[in-house]
Amino acid sequence: MEINEFIEKFAEIFDDTDASALKPETKFRELEEWSSLSALGVIALADEEFDVELSGNEMRKAETIADLFELLNNK
Amino acid sequence: MMKPYIKAISYYLPERIVTNEELVADFPEWTVEKIADKVGVSQRHVAADSETATDLAIKAAEKLFEDHPEIQRENIDFVILCTQSPDYLLPSSACIIQDRLDIPTSCGAFDFNLGCSGYIYGLAIAKGLIQSSIARNVLFLTAETYNKYLHPRDKGNRTIFGDAATATIISTDGFAEIGEFALGTNGAGAENLIVKSGCSRCPEKVNDLSFDENGNPRSSDYLFMNGAEIFTFTQKNVPVVIKLTLEKNHLSQDQIDLFVFHQANSYMLNFLRKKIKIAPEKFYVNMSMIGNTVSNSIPIALADARNDGQLSGNVLVCGFGVGYSWGGCVLKIN
Repeated sequence: MEINEFIEKFAEIFDDTDASALKPETKFRELEEWSSLSALGVIALADEEFDVELSGNEMRKAETIADLFELLNNK
Repeated sequence: MMKPYIKAISYYLPERIVTNEELVADFPEWTVEKIADKVGVSQRHVAADSETATDLAIKAAEKLFEDHPEIQRENIDFVILCTQSPDYLLPSSACIIQDRLDIPTSCGAFDFNLGCSGYIYGLAIAKGLIQSSIARNVLFLTAETYNKYLHPRDKGNRTIFGDAATATIISTDGFAEIGEFALGTNGAGAENLIVKSGCSRCPEKVNDLSFDENGNPRSSDYLFMNGAEIFTFTQKNVPVVIKLTLEKNHLSQDQIDLFVFHQANSYMLNFLRKKIKIAPEKFYVNMSMIGNTVSNSIPIALADARNDGQLSGNVLVCGFGVGYSWGGCVLKIN
């Protein structure tokens, strides 16, 4: 998967945040719509698209969307 | 050896209802629709300040005796209560309940402390009591008032959790034969769903309230749930326990007519359903008007499914949560 495709999938976690507003360097926790539920969305995305079990502690290491993409690709 | 059956299930919900409209007044950054859509809960019942889980359990049992006049309290020979909200450190609430319900003093009674997996464990205990002829009519109660453990600013958990109590009779005859179990425990996850203070390890309040990056309160004196870690735990363990439960019962997944999972939240339920590849019509969800009622969710779902005419054939029940603790079982409906 390319990073642009990942950003599209990542945007689907949100209701009011469009993929066009997201960049690889976006710090996702600073998004206005980010909540504890979005974290569950990321874990579900990791499972469904990468077949990877991502723990909350592992996710904490990622700051930007690119970090997250790299984390998932290296699991 | 006596076969064990569920003979009757009744439940009680406290009178006070907290709607999404009320929650939005406290948390204006949320909307009524967003809560209903994301979490799958429109309202939840909350016990009154003076009303304990023991009080709720007694009301559920009284309701059961009222709904089922054929079941006499003098024939109850065991009382089991699953709760994490006992009236006292000691004695067991089940002993108080025996007295308040006028159940014969010749009965056995005890509490056990489990949350979302508790109904499965209670069925397992009751099955053992029936099969070994230790008891003939077990009154198995679940009762929980998690709302008393929640900080008023705890948006996530106040949205999810509802208070409730249920009463189940397990006997030598009934409408659902209790099949084989698969159980699991991993105490390494204890810290991820916990109320730390108020018991022996930490008797006094800690007063260490802080707020995380999402503005959620965290304190040793209130219920703490690490949602992401709990989500990962279910993702890892629920598909496995479903598989083991099927194996123990010599059934394939397509021989299950209805799956009744602990009603955690609709987001997690939907994720698990898709992951395990269960069709929506075989997957029971009834939490919108009651929320996540912890150990009460499975018996309430079974009672509602039975009323709706959806309970037939092989029903797989599965509970998972605080502990970590989990378990599954198949009920064969007559």
